[in-house]
Amino acid sequence: MGTARIAGVGLTPFGSHPDRTGRDLFAEAAAAAIADAGVPRANVDALNYGNFMGSLAERQGHQAPLMAEAAGLSCPATRYEEACASAGVAVREAVRTVRSGEADVVVAGGMERMSHLETADVTAGLATAADDLLEVRSGMTFPGAYGLMARAYFDRFGGTRTDLAHVASKNHDHAIPNEYAQFRRAVSVEEALSAPPVATPLHLFDACPITDGASAVVFVSDSYAAAHDVEAPVAVSGSGQGTDRLALGDRDRLAETPAATRAAETAYGEASVEPEDVDVAEVHDCFTIAEVMATESLGLFPVGEGITAAREGATAADGAIPVNLSGGLKAKGHPVGATGGSQIVELTRLLRGDHPNSDHVPDASIGVAHNAGGSVATAVVHVLEVVA
Amino acid sequence: MVRNTGYDEWLDAVADGEGYALTCPNGHASLPPRHVCPDCGVTDLSETALPSAGTVETFTVVHVGTPAFADETPYVTAIADFGSVRLTGVVRGVDPETEADDEQQTNPEPIAIGDPVEAGVERRSNGDRTLVFDPVEE
Ligand SMILES: [Zn+2]
Repeated sequence: MGTARIAGVGLTPFGSHPDRTGRDLFAEAAAAAIADAGVPRANVDALNYGNFMGSLAERQGHQAPLMAEAAGLSCPATRYEEACASAGVAVREAVRTVRSGEADVVVAGGMERMSHLETADVTAGLATAADDLLEVRSGMTFPGAYGLMARAYFDRFGGTRTDLAHVASKNHDHAIPNEYAQFRRAVSVEEALSAPPVATPLHLFDACPITDGASAVVFVSDSYAAAHDVEAPVAVSGSGQGTDRLALGDRDRLAETPAATRAAETAYGEASVEPEDVDVAEVHDCFTIAEVMATESLGLFPVGEGITAAREGATAADGAIPVNLSGGLKAKGHPVGATGGSQIVELTRLLRGDHPNSDHVPDASIGVAHNAGGSVATAVVHVLEVVA
Repeated sequence: MVRNTGYDEWLDAVADGEGYALTCPNGHASLPPRHVCPDCGVTDLSETALPSAGTVETFTVVHVGTPAFADETPYVTAIADFGSVRLTGVVRGVDPETEADDEQQTNPEPIAIGDPVEAGVERRSNGDRTLVFDPVEE
């Protein structure tokens, strides 16, 4: 099996850009990634593009050809959609294609545009990631699904709103130096606790914001990097994907995310890496409780024990295993279809040493990215390693 | 309203107090509509009656709703265990505002994990039907 190296990464600033079209956002991220890679556009063999709700949000389906032309790429282009894991699966297919030898250069990423919509319409759009018949018609929303999981977690393993507030506060701290983050300001535990409820036990600061943005990553094969003298010091050494029943109530367990556990096992197995080897992680904290369950699925903490990690400082910038040094979805923002790509961007920069938070992990050589769709009916995990 | 074959027949049955799960010969249960057992793929599914009441396994008080539920917030959505399957529904007959605002989210809450509920069906203003739970007086 070949290696998929990361030659370049690019992002737009994440935030509220209601006036910017999706094609404008993706063009910016793709241009940044291609410039970072120093790879000619003509050498790009494929574009894998993630997007979730563009048909609703921009009344624009069939977005992959549009994004290829916006990025100045003349190659086959395909849109991937698995809700909030859309870019994660787009990245995974890019990795698989490059490793197989079928392509030498693949651009993967995604875009989401949401902030121009009313909150109720965003809520309705995001709810389409849940089962329409079994869940949405029973009032289930995206925050509602995580509220149900959070209460189930508290009931089974213990935990409090204060534990979750520490996750939010930590990720806001991490976002402060990140020029791409939506919220570069501290949020105290007390402020998080006093925020209004969204879907109990989750309150406003347990939830990621509504975000516009785009991400792009240029993957190249080993042979291409060697032949063209491309600097690509970080490679994806493991990739895994897990699928679960769409409806939360149909799963074996309500307080765990088995799809992510399976994805992690595959990714670690491919990379021949153990959870103890991981130096830094970017996980899908669309809600604070999601970070807890993600770190448990990744084996960074035993099941039922991740809840106190942020409170105890273990996942902070100077903790044993820094989680979401980018600020996470929570503070950096969550442009749904771009998020899985942005996690790869952040991890690559953290491992290369050119991220504003790299100083917290100077010796990091192994990173893990965890991207989830909906209430984790889809999960994608990637292991990134410094290879040269 | 256009009906969803399989699902709306099931809702009709729940509304009549005759809810069922689809059960395969290997003992897996699921909710309709189904062609095959999602666990093992066999097509030989039969209807097995659900118990009259289930128990709340988890719940959330939703304060930010979709447009379809916008004029009902806050409301309580719960997942209830009916033995072989779980159902997700809106809890009626409780006061969503009674949830305590304290840090631990302790009592009083509108409903508690383990509380028994019966399943029913409501017609909504947009024409959809919603599965609802009514607390059972113990
Ligand atoms: Zn079966």
